[in-house]
Amino acid sequence: MLKDQDRIFQNLYGYGDWGLEGARKRGAWDGTKVLLEKGKDWIISEMKASGLRGRGGAGFPTGLKWSFMPKPDAARPSYLVVNADESEPGTCKDREIMRNDPHLLIEGCLIASFAMGASAAYIYLRGEYIMERERLQAAVDQAYAANLLGQHNVHGYPFEVYVHHGAGAYICGEETALLESLEGKKGMPRLKPPFPANMGLYGCPTTVNNVESIAVAPTILRRSAAWFAGFGAKNNAGTKLFCISGHVNKPCNVEEAMSIPFRELIDRHCGGVRGGWDNLLAVIPGGSSVRCVPAHEIIDCPMDFDSLSKLKSGLGTAAVIVMDKSTDIIRAIARLSHFYKHESCGQCTPCREGTGWMYRVMQRMVEGRAQKKEIDMLFDVSKQIEGHTICALGDAAAWPIQGLITHFRPVIEARIDQYAANPHSDPVKVAAE
Amino acid sequence: MSVRRLAEVQPESFEFTPENRAWLDAQIAKYPPGRQASAVIPGLWQAQKQHDYWLPQKAIEKVADILGMPYIRVLEVATFYTMFNLSPVGKYYVQLCGTTPCMLRGSDEIIKICEARIGPQGKVTDDGLFSWLEVECLGACCNAPMVQINDDYYEDLTPENFAKLLDDLAAGRPVSIGSQQGRRTSEPQGALTSLTEFYGADGASGPLSAPQQAK
Repeated sequence: MLKDQDRIFQNLYGYGDWGLEGARKRGAWDGTKVLLEKGKDWIISEMKASGLRGRGGAGFPTGLKWSFMPKPDAARPSYLVVNADESEPGTCKDREIMRNDPHLLIEGCLIASFAMGASAAYIYLRGEYIMERERLQAAVDQAYAANLLGQHNVHGYPFEVYVHHGAGAYICGEETALLESLEGKKGMPRLKPPFPANMGLYGCPTTVNNVESIAVAPTILRRSAAWFAGFGAKNNAGTKLFCISGHVNKPCNVEEAMSIPFRELIDRHCGGVRGGWDNLLAVIPGGSSVRCVPAHEIIDCPMDFDSLSKLKSGLGTAAVIVMDKSTDIIRAIARLSHFYKHESCGQCTPCREGTGWMYRVMQRMVEGRAQKKEIDMLFDVSKQIEGHTICALGDAAAWPIQGLITHFRPVIEARIDQYAANPHSDPVKVAAE
Repeated sequence: MSVRRLAEVQPESFEFTPENRAWLDAQIAKYPPGRQASAVIPGLWQAQKQHDYWLPQKAIEKVADILGMPYIRVLEVATFYTMFNLSPVGKYYVQLCGTTPCMLRGSDEIIKICEARIGPQGKVTDDGLFSWLEVECLGACCNAPMVQINDDYYEDLTPENFAKLLDDLAAGRPVSIGSQQGRRTSEPQGALTSLTEFYGADGASGPLSAPQQAK
C-alpha cells in the first residue's frame, strides 16, 4: 500500500489549510528556485526519467511533450495552457486539486513553463467549477502577494498565471477546442497539424497539460524521478488519483500507486462493491469514453494504462465507474450516448449525425424495441464514426457502445426477445441504413 | 448539439454596472493586446449573473461592443456554450446531473422530485422561485447524485434531503453547500482510508489538521 508520506496530494480532502501557509507546511514552494537553477534540460530529463504519462486521459509522456516546444522567440511568446475543463463523466479529481491543494498546481505551472520557455500560463477551468475557480484565483493572488509569480518574482524567471474559464462544453477538454475557446470562439477542434507546440494559443507555441500532470511535477523534481518511477508497473509509473463512483459502498477520490489491482483499490478505499464481489457486473475503468469491462476480466486487473488497454479498454482519467448486477447496462450506456449526442460540437458530419443516430437506436434497445440485425448495424455504424472525425469525440462516442455489444450482446438480445414476446400495437421500427 | 435560440420577449437595453464593467476591463487585461476577444466568455458570464442568470440579446451586443467583436461572433458563442441561459430561469436555477455515474446512484429519484415539486424542465414556477434542467456531467461523480443550484454544488442527495433542500431554499432558510450527508469533499464516508498520518482517521486529530476546519 502506498504510504502517506509518498502521497503527493496531502490535502486531498481539504482537512488542512489550502492556502500558501498550509501548502508550504506540506512542502510546496520549497526550494523551487534551486530546481529552476538546475536548468531546463535537467527538468525535462527528470520528467522523462520519472515515466510520468499525461493524466488527462491519453497517457502521453509528459516530459516528452515538454521537449517538443521550440526555442523561445521574442516575437512569438510560448504559453502553457492547463486543461482544467474536467468534464469526462466519472472524473472529479482535478476539482480536489484546485480547491484543496491549488499551490501544487501553481508551482507546477511555474516549473513547467520555465522548462518550456513559456512566459505565461492560462488555466482553463470548466465554467461550472465556480467555487474551485474562486479558490484557485485566491491561491494565485496569494502567490503574487508573496512574489512567487510576476515579472520580478523571487525565482528570477518572469512569469504570469491567469485563471480562465469556459461555460459548459465538454468538447473544450479537447486541447485544440480549448485553445479556440480561450481565444474567444466556439470550442471546435482544429485540424492537426499544425500541432499546438508550433501553432497553439494566438498562433504561438503552446503546450496543453492536464491539471494533475502539472501538479505532480514539483514533487517529482523535489523527490527525484527514481522515487516516482518506483511506483507502478514498468511504463506505467507513479501515483495516480482514482475517482471511484457508482455502485461501491463508499465512493471517493483517492491517490494510490499505479497498477494497484482493481479488487484491492475497491476493498481498501471504497468498502467493497455494493452487495459483495459476486454482485459486480461491469466496470468502466477510465471515464465514459473507454469500453466497459465485465466483472471477471477486471477483478484482478492492475489499474494502469497497459493492463487496461490489453482488455481493449483504457485507464483514461482513472475515473472508475462501478456497476453492480442491479444495473440496466443497456440504459447506462444509452445515457452515455445521450451525453455524446449533446456534447458533439457539430463540426464533423460522422459525429454530428452519428451520435444522434446511435442514441436513437440505443434508446430503442433499452426497451428492446429493435431487431437483432440492428445490433450488428449499430456496431458497424460506430466503426464508421470512429477514426473519421477531427477529434476523438467521435471515437469516444463509439467505444462505449462497442464495449456493450462485445460483452453484453446476450443481454441486448434477451431484451429484444422479451419485447417481441409481448403484444404491442405499433410495429417494431428498423433504423434506416 | 442542441437547439438554442434567444428568448422571444427581450428587454430593451442592457448596461453593465460600473463594478462589473471595471471587472470586465480587468479580465481583458489578462490577455495580450488585440486578443480581448478571449474575455468573451467571462464577459457574457458576468452579464448573465447581473441579469438574473439569463442572457438577453442586448447583453450579447453590449459584450460585442466592448470587445470590438461582430455581433454574430458573440451570438455564436452565447448559443454554443450551454451555461448561457437564453431565456429566464427561476431564482433558484437547479441543474441536475443525470449522466451515468449520477444515474447509477439514483438521479432518477431526484428527477422525479424536480418534476413533482417544480414541474416540467425549463419552465419557471409561478412564484418565480424555481426552474430546473437535466444537464450533462458536472464533475462531482464521487458525490453522486448531485445538483448545481445557481453557483453552488449540492451533493450526496437522497429524495429526502433534496426535498428538504428545496423547501429550505423556498423558505429562505440557510442551507449548506457540498455534501448533504455531512461528508467532507470526496472522502470515503465514515473514516479516512489514506492520509491518516497527517489528519487522523477523523481528519481532525492529526498534525496537519486545520483546527478551525474540524467537524
